[in-house]
Amino acid sequence: MVSIVHFMTGLLATCRDILPIAAIIIGFQVLIIRKPMAHPKKILLGFVCILLGVAFFLEGLEMALFPLGKLMAKQLTTPAFLGVADLKLANWLSYGWVYVFAASIGFATTFAEPSLLAVAIKAEQISGGAIRAFGLRCAVSIGVAFGIALGVFRIVSGFELYYFIVVGYIIVIIQTAFSPKLMIGLAYDSGGVTTSTVTVPLVTALGLGLAQAIPGRNPLIDGFGLIAFASLFPIITVLAYAQIAQWRNNRRR
Amino acid sequence: MLKHGFIKQLISSFLSLLPILVVVLVFQIFIIRQPIPDVVGMVVGVLQVILGLTLFVYGLEQSLFPIGESMAHAFARKGSVFWLLLFAFCLGFGTTVAEPALVAVAEEAANVTSKSHLIAQTDVARSQYALGLRITVALSVGFAILIGVLRILRGWSLYYLIIGGYCAVIIMTPFAPAEIVGIAYDSGGVTTSTITVPLVTALGVGLASAIKGRNPMLDGFGLIALASLTPMIFVMAYGMLR
Repeated sequence: MVSIVHFMTGLLATCRDILPIAAIIIGFQVLIIRKPMAHPKKILLGFVCILLGVAFFLEGLEMALFPLGKLMAKQLTTPAFLGVADLKLANWLSYGWVYVFAASIGFATTFAEPSLLAVAIKAEQISGGAIRAFGLRCAVSIGVAFGIALGVFRIVSGFELYYFIVVGYIIVIIQTAFSPKLMIGLAYDSGGVTTSTVTVPLVTALGLGLAQAIPGRNPLIDGFGLIAFASLFPIITVLAYAQIAQWRNNRRR
Repeated sequence: MLKHGFIKQLISSFLSLLPILVVVLVFQIFIIRQPIPDVVGMVVGVLQVILGLTLFVYGLEQSLFPIGESMAHAFARKGSVFWLLLFAFCLGFGTTVAEPALVAVAEEAANVTSKSHLIAQTDVARSQYALGLRITVALSVGFAILIGVLRILRGWSLYYLIIGGYCAVIIMTPFAPAEIVGIAYDSGGVTTSTITVPLVTALGVGLASAIKGRNPMLDGFGLIALASLTPMIFVMAYGMLR
C-alpha cells in the first residue's frame, strides 16, 4: 500500500515536470500552427507510456540501486576500508578501489541512461545504420568512466578543476579539426546527454562523500565538478571513435 | 507482432541495466564484503526499472520523436522564422526553469555563496539568489536552443560556435568568484532532462531534413551541445555581476 502511494507521488512529480513542455507544444500547435496533429490517439498513448516509463524507472532506481550505490560510495572512503589508521596519512594511491568504483559506476550508469539511448536510436536511424546505437553508447560510457575516475583523482589530489577542463577543451578543439565532419554535432551532443536521471544522483553522492571524507577538502567547493568531467570526456571518446572508424575504412580501401 | 517486439525490448532494457547490476553486486560482495541489505526490494526495483525503460523507448517512438519532427516540418512549411525562434526559446526556457535537478543545484549554490559572505546570510537573500540563478540558467538554455535553431536555418558551422563558447568559458573562469566556478561547470550538465533531450533532438533533426540543402546528420545535432555550454557562461556572468 505504501509503495503504491509512493509510486503515485512519483508519477505526479513526473507529470509536473512534463507540464511546461506539454503546455508549450499544445500552445504553439493550437495558436500558431493551427493544424490538428496527425495520429492524436497514438501520440497521447505514447505520452502516457513515457510518463509511466519515467515514473517506473525512477521508482525502481530509488528502490533498488540508489541506496546501495550511495552507501557504497560512503563505505569505500572510510579509513577502515582504505587500510590506513588516519585519513591524513592516505595519499592518492590509497584510493585505488575508489577510482575503479568511480570508473565502473560511470560506465554502467551511462549505459542505462535513457536520454543517451534516445540520441543513439535517432543517430542510428538517420545515419542509415552506419552508426550503431550500441557502439555509440559504449564510446560515450567509456568517456564517462574515464571522466569520473579523473574527476575523483582531482578531488583526492586537490588540483584545480580549471586546468583539467582547459586541457580537455584544447584536446577537443584539436580533435575536431581532424574528425569526420558528419560526426562533430553528434559527438558534442553526447557530452550533454550523459548526465541525467541515473548518473547525476550516484556521481554527486560519490563526489560529496569523498569531499567530506578527505581532510582539507570543502564539500561545497570540491564536491562539484564531477558532472563537468562526465560531460567533457564523452566528446573526446566519441570523436576518437569516429576517427578510428574512418581510419579503418580508409585502410580497407 | 507487437508482443514479440515488446519482449525483445524488455530483453534489451535488461541488457542496458546489466552493467549497473554487475558493478553493484561485484563491489558489494567481493570488495566491500557486505551482504545485500534488501534482496526482495532490489529485485522488485530492478524489474520496475526494466519495465520503465521499455515503456519509455516505446513512447519515444510513438510520441516524442513524431511530435518533434512534425512540429519542425510544420514550422518549416509555415516559413515564419520569428515563430520558430520563439518556439525554440520557449522550449528551452520552459523545460529548464522547473527542472528538479536545477532547483536542487540552485539551492546548494545559494548556500555556498551565502557562507562565503558574497550575499547576505538571510533566507530572503538566499532564495532570491537561487531564483535568480534558476532564471539565468533557463534564459541561457532558451538562448542556446534559439541560436542552435538559427544555426540550422542559416547553415552556420557548429564548430565555430562551440569553440567560441569554450574560449569564453576559459577566459571568464579566472575572473569569476571561485565558489561559482564548480557550480557553473556542473549547471551545464543538469539542464538536459530525459524528456527534453529526445524532443530537442527530434526538432533539430526534423528541421535539418525539412530544409533544403541541410544534412540531418551534419546539421541536425548540436542543440544539446549548445544547451550545455551556454549555462556555464551565463552562470559565471551572474556570479560576476552579483
